Amino acid sequence: MKILVCITHVPDTTSKIKFTDNNTQFDKTGVQFIIGPYDDYALARAVELKEQSGGSITVLNVGESDTEPTLRKALAIGADEAIRINAFPKDAAFVASEIARFAKEEAFDLILMGRESIDYNGGMVHGMVGELLGIPSVSPVMKLDIEGNTATISREIEGGKEFISVDLPFVAGCQEPIAEWKIPNMRGIMSARSKPLKAIDSETPGSKTETKKYELPPAKGAVKLVDTVEELVDLLKNDAKIL
Amino acid sequence: MSILVYIEKDQGRIKNSSLEAVSYAAALGEITGDKVQVVSLGEAVEGEAELLGKAGAAGVIQVTDDRLAAGVIQAHAEVVAQVFDKVKAKTLVLAKSSLGDAVAARLAVRLEAGMATNVVGLPDLTDGFVVRRSIFTGKAFVDTGIHTENKILAIKKNIQPVKTDGSAAPVENVTIDLPGETFSAKITGTEKATGEVLLPEADIVVSGGRGLNGPENWGLIEDLADALGAAKGCSKPVSDSGWRPHHEHVGQTGVKVAPSLYLAVAISGAIQHLAGVNASRYMVVINKDPEAPFFKVADYGIVGDAFEVVPKLTEAINALK
Ligand SMILES: Cc1cc2nc3c(=O)[nH]c(=O)nc-3n(C[C@H](O)[C@H](O)[C@H](O)COP(=O)(O)OP(=O)(O)OC[C@H]3O[C@@H](n4cnc5c(N)ncnc54)[C@H](O)[C@@H]3O)c2cc1C
Repeated sequence: MKILVCITHVPDTTSKIKFTDNNTQFDKTGVQFIIGPYDDYALARAVELKEQSGGSITVLNVGESDTEPTLRKALAIGADEAIRINAFPKDAAFVASEIARFAKEEAFDLILMGRESIDYNGGMVHGMVGELLGIPSVSPVMKLDIEGNTATISREIEGGKEFISVDLPFVAGCQEPIAEWKIPNMRGIMSARSKPLKAIDSETPGSKTETKKYELPPAKGAVKLVDTVEELVDLLKNDAKIL
Repeated sequence: MSILVYIEKDQGRIKNSSLEAVSYAAALGEITGDKVQVVSLGEAVEGEAELLGKAGAAGVIQVTDDRLAAGVIQAHAEVVAQVFDKVKAKTLVLAKSSLGDAVAARLAVRLEAGMATNVVGLPDLTDGFVVRRSIFTGKAFVDTGIHTENKILAIKKNIQPVKTDGSAAPVENVTIDLPGETFSAKITGTEKATGEVLLPEADIVVSGGRGLNGPENWGLIEDLADALGAAKGCSKPVSDSGWRPHHEHVGQTGVKVAPSLYLAVAISGAIQHLAGVNASRYMVVINKDPEAPFFKVADYGIVGDAFEVVPKLTEAINALK
């Protein structure tokens, strides 16, 4: 089975979010970048599927050269080759268009990615890639098993889950508990150094949206601590006016 | 021209987030002079036309087809795309949700529409079309300009009050020809808690953390949630350990909630948990550790043992009724 895993290169979940250039640029100073946590689940499941039934894993990121260490980490976790489409990822439609263009030529059996990126939280790329390639897209996927040419999926819905049967090829937006995050071991890290990492040019002209300005939410006031539940109920009733 | 709204239903009711989307579209229509049309898939629910009209719809396009009841993503996208053309819409509005996202993404391609998700306010039209949306899991906002003629806006929960002063909307029944391949992903079953408040839809959420020691103590959370008419949530280690089902997991890697009140019991308030709750209007924390990081962002708090405080709180709330 030929699997494509698309990953984002995003600030670590503990990062302090700040902006520069008059709030028009994300400030990368001091920020540690990681594989998007949802993408990391997708990659982990891809590695398990490969262990079960063989095949290959290509990992792809649309990004500038600073994302290469993140791609190397994916190789250390178990991908066989890495592709970086050399462009600043302007928006979801731009990224989806680049992924679809690459995937069209390679005929993957399965395209996995996270349900959403943790920077823009759009959750759009998998559906867009599915539509661009004319194949089904399913998200958020919490369980994925493949038997022959057919996948059995649990998709999370509000208040429960839905079971889906779909034939390959298709696109899945993944989330836990599809697999456990894998931490690269020494052998993986060593072998990642010699695995192929190729940068290719982007071809998508422009984008449909544009980032104008960022803003941080206002700071929270201090907590009101109370000693008794009566005082708490009173605050909820008369201060917050919720009860 | 018109603004089309895609709505979702749950357990025989229109989801509140969908009514918010209708009222958002109505407010947008007041600025742009467009009328709001709603596309309603599957069986009509009781009082639907009246409810949608009150919320701001000028018309409802009802597409009834037994195969559409479950969330078949491609078929939903196909229906909405065809209705979008039919009502000559330029803008599609929907509530952000697991089904809405999946459908909207395919539509963005189909309609060649610029798309903004997690929208938190009406657009500014003074210089193009600029909407504010929530990013970095609630840790920042961005103003996004959309250049295309067709636009899709997925709005965040609790940013638009539901209007109730409109009049009942006329319903037009429409049949749509659905190609077989739009059903190539087949729904073979669902497993769903019934009679429970849906977590992303809830106005009040009561969440429990690892400090509750085990699933056998969840009666504490259930009783308080029942007293408040609230949905139940939990932290990641709680769902990871199987104490609670995964759809209750709140946070960076779980459900993002934006209720009027979020009540956190025995949850430390790790940054990844807070990322899923920071859009709540009020946050209350009950934790025995006065140094728990959650107190730094909460509105109200009690430093104390959950096993003592929570039953008393449940009792005090029941006493209000
Ligand atoms: C990439 C990544 C993503 C993550 N995503 C999420 C996510 O989406 N959601 C999430 O929740 N976590 C997430 N986490 C995990 C997160 O970092 C924390 O580990 C987790 O939130 C802690 O859960 P907790 O507060 O229930 O447990 P703990 O941190 O163990 O806190 C338990 C709390 O209970 C209190 N307590 C104990 N006994 C009592 C008592 N009797 N009465 C009152 N209080 C008591 C303690 O004082 C403590 O504050 C993520 C982590 C990573 C690395």
